Amino acid sequence: MDVMHFLWLVPAFPLAGFLLLALLGLRLPARAIAWIGTVSIGLAALVTLWIGLDFLQQPPAAGHYRQVLWTWFNINGFAPAIALYLDPLSLVYIFVITFVSFFIHLYSTAFMRGDEGYPRFFAYMNLFVFSMVTLVLADNLLLLYLGWEGVGLCSFLLIGFWYRDEANGYAARKAFIVTRIGDTAFIIGLFLLVKQFHTLDIQDILSQAPQVWAIGAAGAFWVSLLLLGGAVGKSAQLPLQTWLPDAMAGPTPVSALIHAATMVTAGVYLIARMHVLYSLSPTMQLVVAIIGVLTLLIAGFSALAQRDLKRILAYSTISQIGYMFLALGVGAWTAAVFHFMIHAFFKALLFLGAGAVIMAMEEEHDIFKMGGLRKKMPITFWTFLAGSAALAAVPIITAGFYSKDLILFDALASTQGSTWLWLGGFIGAFITVLYTFRMVFVTFYGEQKKVIAHDPERETAMMIPLMVLGVLSIIGGWIELPHAWAHFTPFSHFLESCLPATQLKAGVESWELWLQLLTAIMVIVGIYWSWLAYVKRPALAYQLKQTAWGRALYPFFYKGWMFDQLYDTLLVKPVVWLSRIDRHDFIDYIYEGFGQLNIGINKVFSRTQNGYLRWYLLCVVGGVLIIFSLILFV
Amino acid sequence: MISVPVHVQLLLASILFLIGLVGVLIRRNVIFMLMSVEIMLNAAGLVFIIGGAHWHQADGQAMVIFILAMAAAEVAVGLALILQVFHLHKTVDVDCLEELKDTQS
Repeated sequence: MDVMHFLWLVPAFPLAGFLLLALLGLRLPARAIAWIGTVSIGLAALVTLWIGLDFLQQPPAAGHYRQVLWTWFNINGFAPAIALYLDPLSLVYIFVITFVSFFIHLYSTAFMRGDEGYPRFFAYMNLFVFSMVTLVLADNLLLLYLGWEGVGLCSFLLIGFWYRDEANGYAARKAFIVTRIGDTAFIIGLFLLVKQFHTLDIQDILSQAPQVWAIGAAGAFWVSLLLLGGAVGKSAQLPLQTWLPDAMAGPTPVSALIHAATMVTAGVYLIARMHVLYSLSPTMQLVVAIIGVLTLLIAGFSALAQRDLKRILAYSTISQIGYMFLALGVGAWTAAVFHFMIHAFFKALLFLGAGAVIMAMEEEHDIFKMGGLRKKMPITFWTFLAGSAALAAVPIITAGFYSKDLILFDALASTQGSTWLWLGGFIGAFITVLYTFRMVFVTFYGEQKKVIAHDPERETAMMIPLMVLGVLSIIGGWIELPHAWAHFTPFSHFLESCLPATQLKAGVESWELWLQLLTAIMVIVGIYWSWLAYVKRPALAYQLKQTAWGRALYPFFYKGWMFDQLYDTLLVKPVVWLSRIDRHDFIDYIYEGFGQLNIGINKVFSRTQNGYLRWYLLCVVGGVLIIFSLILFV
Repeated sequence: MISVPVHVQLLLASILFLIGLVGVLIRRNVIFMLMSVEIMLNAAGLVFIIGGAHWHQADGQAMVIFILAMAAAEVAVGLALILQVFHLHKTVDVDCLEELKDTQS
């Protein structure tokens, strides 16, 4: 019996959970809903683990496993199949998706308790996991697009989960419309691929592309540009990053799962999956790296000025995905996937911790109204600290260090890397340390400003995910040690059967230790500065804000570099203005004319309905006379 | 037995019919209108009799019996309706019963 044949169960369990909850959810008691929602994901995670272990022990001969379920449709030989494709890349993704989802579902059973939309929440979440797994396991780009749109839909539904508040609905629409811009580019890219290759099968495209296109060919350039458009929209990168901070309107577990750990990294997956196209278009790959660096800097500075705990984490997510794009852009494919995995662990953890803090603070999001929670919420504090340390890449002890350090090293040392890209990433890392520990110190240190109303630490279902993810944020990095230390790199070795290895410049190995030392010093300096500004001398941060520079930059960063205002002025207002002046154009007059004509005719005929029986009879008699006259005399 | 020409018989029926029609049109009292309708109905029945006698067929007479039976039922319904109208409006004047007119104009 081949374990791989059970691959279809991974998407099937969440789908079954969704269907059950969607059809029967309102009639089931809350406990049953929590069980169905969580167990369906748990089973999918177990199947993934089982398949993953089997994959590691006996890798399939071809390096991948393909399961064709049925043919979707067939038009003139263009026949995309509903088929699953498992290789190391998709295995890593489904592993992270199912396991992190399981813990977030478990957390949600307690976090969402008492909400009137309890069954709806779990139904959406299961549908999301199904779509995401479909996206990752898809064998062709059309099925991938189905999953892509599915996660977009779930994201929309869950951002606007508390739909009674108008602002949430606005945020949901914004996320949907902004990502739609990217999706439109994506689907045009798919059209180009169909035109060129007459298929959307990913492996066929990847194997044929180098024969059809030379390096730097225009076709590869356009296709990779359009696919990048889709990735940029979904992964909230420059210039389509504006939707993600507003997406925090959804419940916190949603932010953890969809807008931090899994969905927003779909763009990274897409680029890694289609890496051959980017290798064929070095210009586009450089663009990916530049987008990554700019995004991580812009988002990092924005995070530095936020007051809302969840918005800090949202900007931090944008910034960390920027690192993944940077890695993709310099050809460090495995480093990007590695950072995706570690980021999923610690960012999910940070969001869940933030959810616990916000729950204890009675929906207070402003970190400056919190403070002193270290002693009151020890589990949350220590796990949050572990996640923050991983985010800030504290050397040696945290997983984030191993993944981020690899990206920084590759940004400098890979053949496509350059000093500028590295410098951008390095400054970004420093800012990451600053805003991360600003968040930790302001939230958990200092004096307590608010009493804890409802202690989330008594909820076991909420604390277990925190602890598990906390442990993973620490030890998760040990599966890939830097080359300078030891040749222990099972993770990239595992992925290199489907992703090309990073090409390093000659004679750069010796730099790695120095770079790590530099990073270590930078992290320690960053933590010290944060501590100085927010714990030791809180007046310092205030004074800094009051300088001329601070007064100019703080509101600018706070508003996310004014991108919302920019798009509002450039796009929204002109469209509104145009539609307003276009309200009464000549086509409208044609339709208005039809309407007026009908109203006139109606007025004439309604005169005949005067209510007098005598008049009606006279009409009947007159009609009869006319008809008889016609018969007799004509 | 004096035989009357058919066209004279038909003329009688037509006159009866016109009397009924004019009655319906000019009368304001609903009961009189109903009576006028009955006259029109009987004019039609007379035409059946004339046809039956002319062609020596029993069908015409049979049809008249049907018409009489139907007229009895119809009068019952009509009178009941008039009763209800009188209940509601305290009048049997058709010119006062104009609620079905189009209110827009």
